[in-house]
Amino acid sequence: MKKIRISIIGFGVIGSGVAKAISKKRDHIKHRYGIDLDLVGIGENNGGIVCEKGLDPMEAYNLARSREMNKHPCWKEDMKGIKVIREVDADIVIETTPTNIDSGEPGLSHMLTAFKNKRHVVTSNKGPLAVAYKELIRAAEENEVQFRFEASVGGAMPVFNLVRETLQANKILSIKGILNGTCNYILTRMSTEGMTYEHALSEAQELGIAETDPSYDVEGKDTACKLVIIANDIFGIDSTYKDVEIEGITGITLESLKLASDKGYAIKLIGEVEERLIVAPRLVPKDHLLAVGGTLNIMSLNTDLAGEITITGKGAGAIETSSSILSDVINIAKL
Amino acid sequence: MRITTDLELKDTPGQLVLALQPISDFDGNIVSVVHHRDKKTPRGMIPVQVAFEIDRDKVNDLIDKLKKNGIIVARVGEERLRESGVVMLIGHIVHSDIRDTIDQIDATGYAEVVDLAMSMPGINQRSSARLMINATGKKEMESAVDLLRDIACEKDLLLIEPI
Ligand SMILES: NC(=O)c1ccc[n+]([C@@H]2O[C@H](COP(=O)([O-])OP(=O)(O)OC[C@H]3O[C@@H](n4cnc5c(N)ncnc54)[C@H](OP(=O)(O)O)[C@@H]3O)[C@@H](O)[C@H]2O)c1
Repeated sequence: MKKIRISIIGFGVIGSGVAKAISKKRDHIKHRYGIDLDLVGIGENNGGIVCEKGLDPMEAYNLARSREMNKHPCWKEDMKGIKVIREVDADIVIETTPTNIDSGEPGLSHMLTAFKNKRHVVTSNKGPLAVAYKELIRAAEENEVQFRFEASVGGAMPVFNLVRETLQANKILSIKGILNGTCNYILTRMSTEGMTYEHALSEAQELGIAETDPSYDVEGKDTACKLVIIANDIFGIDSTYKDVEIEGITGITLESLKLASDKGYAIKLIGEVEERLIVAPRLVPKDHLLAVGGTLNIMSLNTDLAGEITITGKGAGAIETSSSILSDVINIAKL
Repeated sequence: MRITTDLELKDTPGQLVLALQPISDFDGNIVSVVHHRDKKTPRGMIPVQVAFEIDRDKVNDLIDKLKKNGIIVARVGEERLRESGVVMLIGHIVHSDIRDTIDQIDATGYAEVVDLAMSMPGINQRSSARLMINATGKKEMESAVDLLRDIACEKDLLLIEPI
């Protein structure tokens, strides 16, 4: 049995969701792969839980949900994120702090520190990747550790691992798709229920699908960050967030959706990587593969051997996103 | 642009390649080939109909090349306005002169606005328009959308393009 020591930095929706998924899947992963995932540290904004002998992920999850992490017997106020990365002997650091697309922080420092300490990193955090992809890849290589970020694009949907492990022989010619569930939800509700943009947005906020400050999603910035990661990793295009042409969905009128629908089209926020990186609302025939509704994400990869490959799935959600994070963790553990 | 041709080939092996290869060599995209092997023309040749997309300025050179290859080019026809596409415009469409927007597309000679539907919810509110454009080929459709993109930028309108 190979023991893999894990620390989680940023124990919010996704971080604690990963802990829950580890608790649920630990036996399965042991039996199937001979890998024992051992949670040894959690680093938060205001302290952390460290237990080098391993801690119960479900207990940590429950305490996080009731906002009582400081009641854990191993809680230490000085054990914040970066200190956990430095001092706790983990093989893999799972970085799940909030996305920041201006500086990439705190995730960027977390990742670089982990690499310096010879720890592999698995993340769902787009910010550092969108501002400093090259620097991160180089740092991981220099320190001879792995860096995986399947969860950063498309939540549960496999993108990078699909290309890396299954489509290896293919050249990827272009990629386009719906990469933001919030926008897809708003446009779907406007179109099917005849709601105004404002109405659909507040409904999405009530349901927890949209943030209180929705600008990051509805202005297309989130999709743009995802394109940057795809462009760098899959196409080898050296780019950052600033290289993306972005138009969000805030200008879409109810009337335009109706006019489009009369002729058999939906309007979807589409991200596209070919020669350029573009985020824009586009007319999509209703019977087109990409015309999925609700909060779904979808992506079509145009390849030279396999032709068109299309994947779809949940782009958000704690347990769904954990699926991608655990697939990265298991892949690293298997090396 | 989309071209349809009636060609006549000699009844010997390898003739079809001589007819099709030049089209690819001129970056044309073959859409369909109908090979009437069992029918012969009075001249004893085999008729073939080929439809393809090609740049307008390469058509004459292509036909010369076909003739050099010993192929009889019995007919060359341009299919007018074969491509059809829909775009949306959102913004102050009327104030920014929709007539002029349409005229600019129609003036290209290779694309036309054939249908316009508008919705104006109220004074001072942004209106939405759906334009259906026909063009002579895929490239021409792309050029028409490029032109619309420039117009939309200049007139501060949001253009929604087809995927
Ligand atoms: N939610 C999804 O469905 C989803 C899907 C795919 C990817 N992602 C990405 O995954 C990441 C996490 O998302 P989330 O939804 O879990 O966000 P979240 O609920 O806000 O969790 C982030 C956590 O990180 C903590 N944190 C902030 N600064 C920290 C620091 N310096 N050191 C240690 N911890 C720190 C936060 O603590 P405080 O609350 O005390 O600040 C919070 O508990 C984000 O980058 C997001 O873009 C999310």
